[in-house]
Amino acid sequence: MTWEIVIGLEVHTQLSTNTKIFSGASTTYGAEPNTQADAVSIALPGVLPVLNKGAVERAIKFGLAVGAHIAPRSVFARKNYFYPDLPKGYQISQFDLPVVGLGALTIQVEPFSGNAKPYEKTVRITRAHLEEDAGKSMHGDFHGMTGIDLNRAGTPLLEIVSEPDMCSAAEAVAYAKALHSLVRWIGICDGNMQEGSFRCDVNVSVRRPGEPLGTRREIKNLNSFKFMQQAIDYEVQWQIDTIENGGKIQQATVLFNPDTGETRAMRSKEDAHDYRYFPDPDLLPLEITAAMLEQARASLPELPHVKRARYANEFGLSAYDTNILTSSLEMAGLFDSCVSAVGQSNAKLCANWLTGEVSAQLNRDGLDMAQCPISAQQLGGMLQRIADNTISNSGAKEVFRTMWAEGGDADAIIEAKGLKQVSDSGAIEALVDEIIAANADKVAEYRSGKDKLFGFFVGLAMKASKGKANPAQLNDILKKKLAG
Amino acid sequence: MSLTTADVQKVARLARLAMNETEIEAARSQLSGIFDLIAEMQAVDTRGIAPMSHAQDVAQRLREDKVTEANQREAFQAIAPQVEAGLYLVPQVIE
Repeated sequence: MTWEIVIGLEVHTQLSTNTKIFSGASTTYGAEPNTQADAVSIALPGVLPVLNKGAVERAIKFGLAVGAHIAPRSVFARKNYFYPDLPKGYQISQFDLPVVGLGALTIQVEPFSGNAKPYEKTVRITRAHLEEDAGKSMHGDFHGMTGIDLNRAGTPLLEIVSEPDMCSAAEAVAYAKALHSLVRWIGICDGNMQEGSFRCDVNVSVRRPGEPLGTRREIKNLNSFKFMQQAIDYEVQWQIDTIENGGKIQQATVLFNPDTGETRAMRSKEDAHDYRYFPDPDLLPLEITAAMLEQARASLPELPHVKRARYANEFGLSAYDTNILTSSLEMAGLFDSCVSAVGQSNAKLCANWLTGEVSAQLNRDGLDMAQCPISAQQLGGMLQRIADNTISNSGAKEVFRTMWAEGGDADAIIEAKGLKQVSDSGAIEALVDEIIAANADKVAEYRSGKDKLFGFFVGLAMKASKGKANPAQLNDILKKKLAG
Repeated sequence: MSLTTADVQKVARLARLAMNETEIEAARSQLSGIFDLIAEMQAVDTRGIAPMSHAQDVAQRLREDKVTEANQREAFQAIAPQVEAGLYLVPQVIE
């Protein structure tokens, strides 16, 4: 019996503002407990919320980036529940009139198993709304009490809700990754998953093909893509097993335990979902003017999908290349600078280095592109020397390693290490003549049909030139001379 | 519209209000009165009138994204029932 998997995501992205969504308290991560919890954050009586323009601007940018409708008028609502890290007794959120309406995100899916090929898919985004984060509860050693840190209370969040358009863990992870890359690309969220800047809730259900949607369970607070995949795989299998064994799925919120790899239902609270939303009388409707939209539009960088299409059209690059090159704004920026240094005709050379050596070296050192020790100018300088045949590919690798470890510009390294390749045909010819004279027997064998010996001659010539002979030129000259 | 005692008990629980039977009965009668008023308003023909989300027809003023609040933890925690290591202490919350 086959099963269909239906997945939708709710992602909480922490907006990269300096201050909280409704007050001028700082949002810097890692401050001493409650030193950034001002009168509004701790909900002293009589305080009033004042909306942060920076949070609104970021929400608009996101909406534009996913081609969504931006509501000219949206409304803040109170979501009522009691928890000690929510001092007002309600969270200010948006309910029936969110700031960002229906949009879409196109994702590149890399199937996890089998020989399935990567493919593209468009996931619809239902809505995105502004809301405030809650504080943090510490269940440590406080004489049987719970400690509350309200520094995070009031931090602006954009909750991005997708349609249930994904049908595998691979698709869910691809969507989450694409979203993660997009929010960093447009500069609205730092994407730091360890610090909780990007948190995913995953709704999962299963059904038999053609049947109505099954009952869903929501996996809360996943903060790594690896855990997301594991949690979905486990949850899907659990739901299928439960139904096949005659059971029924109860709607529930579950948590993923990375140690056991299992999902487990949280104790369900009877009234947990009776939030009694109503428009917050402390806040007037949020009006977004045409001028605000224009300003946000003008501040957006070229979007990843637009860049991908341009790289493919202008430079003839493969989907593999364009995907890696647009994995972050920094990567794309480095590629653009390299291309402008060495010219469009060498775009493929630049792409090869960035998707190859540069990416591999970053991985090895566990660095982000933003932390890349080599500047665009350094890399461009080196690529220029490959393009104009000053250095061979193997010489370039040595330049690159030196640059990475010690810094310096390409020309200085080439000079210091004597890596300049010999492209003087006279010099190469002289070298080849000497080798032919010294190896008469092998030359005879070659001429009698032992083609494989060609590599032997190349090796000798390279050694004689200390690896500096221009390989293409050397091949040509050797072939000609050996032919006799 | 008449609310039942169970309705009132549910709302009271959601609002974390402890109420005895007399109080519940009084609240039931008062709340039912409010619902009657709402029913009266809902009977008004509002076709062609755009819904409002706020009584004042003006928009939210926005604040510049600049830090204006200094750390006042000491002052705030001076009036808290119990604090430790900079944290506000509350009765233990168990998930």
